Amino acid sequence: MNGWPELDRFLRTDPRDVGCAEAMEVLHVYVDLVASGAPAEQRYPGVAAHLHACGPCGEDFEALLVAVRDATD
Amino acid sequence: MAVNRVVNQIPAAAAPLDPESAEWLRALADTGPRREAALARLHGMLLRIAQRECRRRGPRLRITGPELEDLAYQAAADALMAIIAKLRQFRGESRFTTWAYKVVILEVSTKIGRHFWRRPDVQLDAEDWNRLPGRFGFEPAQESEWRDLLAALHRAVDTELTPRQREVFVAIVLNGVPLDALAVRLGSNRNAIYKMMFDARRKLRTALAANGYMDHHTSRRS
Repeated sequence: MNGWPELDRFLRTDPRDVGCAEAMEVLHVYVDLVASGAPAEQRYPGVAAHLHACGPCGEDFEALLVAVRDATD
Repeated sequence: MAVNRVVNQIPAAAAPLDPESAEWLRALADTGPRREAALARLHGMLLRIAQRECRRRGPRLRITGPELEDLAYQAAADALMAIIAKLRQFRGESRFTTWAYKVVILEVSTKIGRHFWRRPDVQLDAEDWNRLPGRFGFEPAQESEWRDLLAALHRAVDTELTPRQREVFVAIVLNGVPLDALAVRLGSNRNAIYKMMFDARRKLRTALAANGYMDHHTSRRS
């Protein structure tokens, strides 16, 4: 029954999840922490939980991280 | 979802600006050639990011060629306007460029979401429940193992969700409408649609667990 992990992931919700608005409000701060190697997930666990669960916000996070890393290379 | 505003975790008095960010703010607050040069440089940086993001996301949404390039130029121009308009809101919690890059990336997301509805084949409210197994990767050959589970999920969607939650579930899960595009169509926003799906997912999990499906399949996994 190979679809189970995907369905399980879809139905799983994290009570720490702060939602899109909050996560996007601090995304630049979060990304600078990640890019500098600081423990961003520990400092902002609710943002980390959201970025793991929300496809669009996760995509924006990855895009911003790539942009920052490219600029500093 | 968590109710504590995460922005409260940002120090009220931000750290002193790094030299590069301070120089950006000075140049953009200046007048004459120095400001013009800074604006041109910033626009170039925003455009490169917008083009890369449009190229990366566009083909998945079947946007290509000049349309994609137009989206990138529009996103960069609108982002530049937005950045200038809210320059005073930049408090130095991050590098200036990171803050500016965020603005253009969110512009790209919004514009691609709006552009999605130009596709003639998109249907918002069609309900083909035969798509459900494929959405989660359940294979037809193993239907005997997942038939009851997905029938229970379908029942829970019908009985546990509000009409609005059900509409959002059908659009996103069955019809594959991107969340940003759905927000545009419903006159809503990403946060509200996500919250609606968050609550729907929690209800569905609870309903499946109450009928023994979650325990059953969790134990099968281990």
